[in-house]
Amino acid sequence: MNLISIVTSALLTENVVLTKFLGICPFMGVSTKRRNAISMGISVMLVVTLSSIITWTLYHFLLVPTKTEYLKTVLFVLVIASLVQLLEIILKRYFKQIHDMLGLYLPLITTNCAVLGIVLLNINNDYNFIEMLTYSICSSLGFTLVIYIFSSMREKINNSDVPQPFKGHPIALITAAIMALLFSRYV
Amino acid sequence: MKRIINGIIGENPILVLLLGLCSALAVTTTFESAYIMGICVLLILTFSNITVSLIKKLVPKNVEIPVYILIISTFVTILEIILKAYIKPLYEVLGIYLPLIVVNCIVLGRAMSVASKSNIRTSIKDAIGIGLGYTFVLMIIALFREVIGNGTLTIMNNISSLTGTKIILKIELSTNLFPINILTKPAGAFLTLGFLIALFNYIKGGKKHESN
Repeated sequence: MNLISIVTSALLTENVVLTKFLGICPFMGVSTKRRNAISMGISVMLVVTLSSIITWTLYHFLLVPTKTEYLKTVLFVLVIASLVQLLEIILKRYFKQIHDMLGLYLPLITTNCAVLGIVLLNINNDYNFIEMLTYSICSSLGFTLVIYIFSSMREKINNSDVPQPFKGHPIALITAAIMALLFSRYV
Repeated sequence: MKRIINGIIGENPILVLLLGLCSALAVTTTFESAYIMGICVLLILTFSNITVSLIKKLVPKNVEIPVYILIISTFVTILEIILKAYIKPLYEVLGIYLPLIVVNCIVLGRAMSVASKSNIRTSIKDAIGIGLGYTFVLMIIALFREVIGNGTLTIMNNISSLTGTKIILKIELSTNLFPINILTKPAGAFLTLGFLIALFNYIKGGKKHESN
């Protein structure tokens, strides 16, 4: 039961982008084309899931026993940064096709708030291993879902006649506001 | 002076560069958490810019980003420990958005583009300008969202353990349309920022026309 509520809240009602504002930068920057949105989404899912598993394990088996929980920010950032580097090297070496598709977006992920945010939320919410895994997969899936829908709308917005001051980011933010209303069931 | 004003208007991190939107949208539900967040970012930006500017010649180009991220996260951790010790309620309100300053593109961006290339004086001035620009925008968004969305204006509440007094102003708006609750919700944050940037563009566009 608990798992089901984690799934629905992470995917829809408490979507990381629309209610927690994590990963707004790629949401605004990358989501102008559907193809880019999908690539970014897959990269984020990969990094979030892997780094969640590593950081959760490190936190519970290294930081808690040694009473150095205050080091979590530094440690998590290091884990994410090195994981991204490692993933890039591995993909480049063994999975050339995937690397060509995601190559551009992987380095950007180091400074993506969504990754560090989800990893920190796993710890703050006191999840056990299964809940942590469910939450990270569903949150990053929620991120991909929103960024995909949004990019489809932006393709249309770019072709429509928007008042000059609203061109670009303002209209995108207002569209996001309407999406946030729908996702959190206010309409 | 010119650099500071440039940070507030010309290169405003939120309105022009669109960096660090995460925290700008999340903590602006009350006026208090908005300006405290602004001060936190200002402090971290200043310290990280000073450090980066001091060690710029020692850092090889290919490990620049990891080194800078490590410096920033160290300062964020120090700030986290201080806030947790002295202003616990505020620390809980800011939640994950305090550690998220590490990946706030503003801090890393300024370290890479300004501090790693210029002397300490310029780096400090740049940090103060960008930090103030960020704080002002956060305060404007929060002012709008809290007054219209909730009918209050919190100046000191969670930091009362430090200052000794609580100041929460109640603002009665005459029509029964107010308060508009939706503004305190996440959707309100997107809406407010969208209109604010549009207004900023409009004013800037007007000035351009005049000079032409």
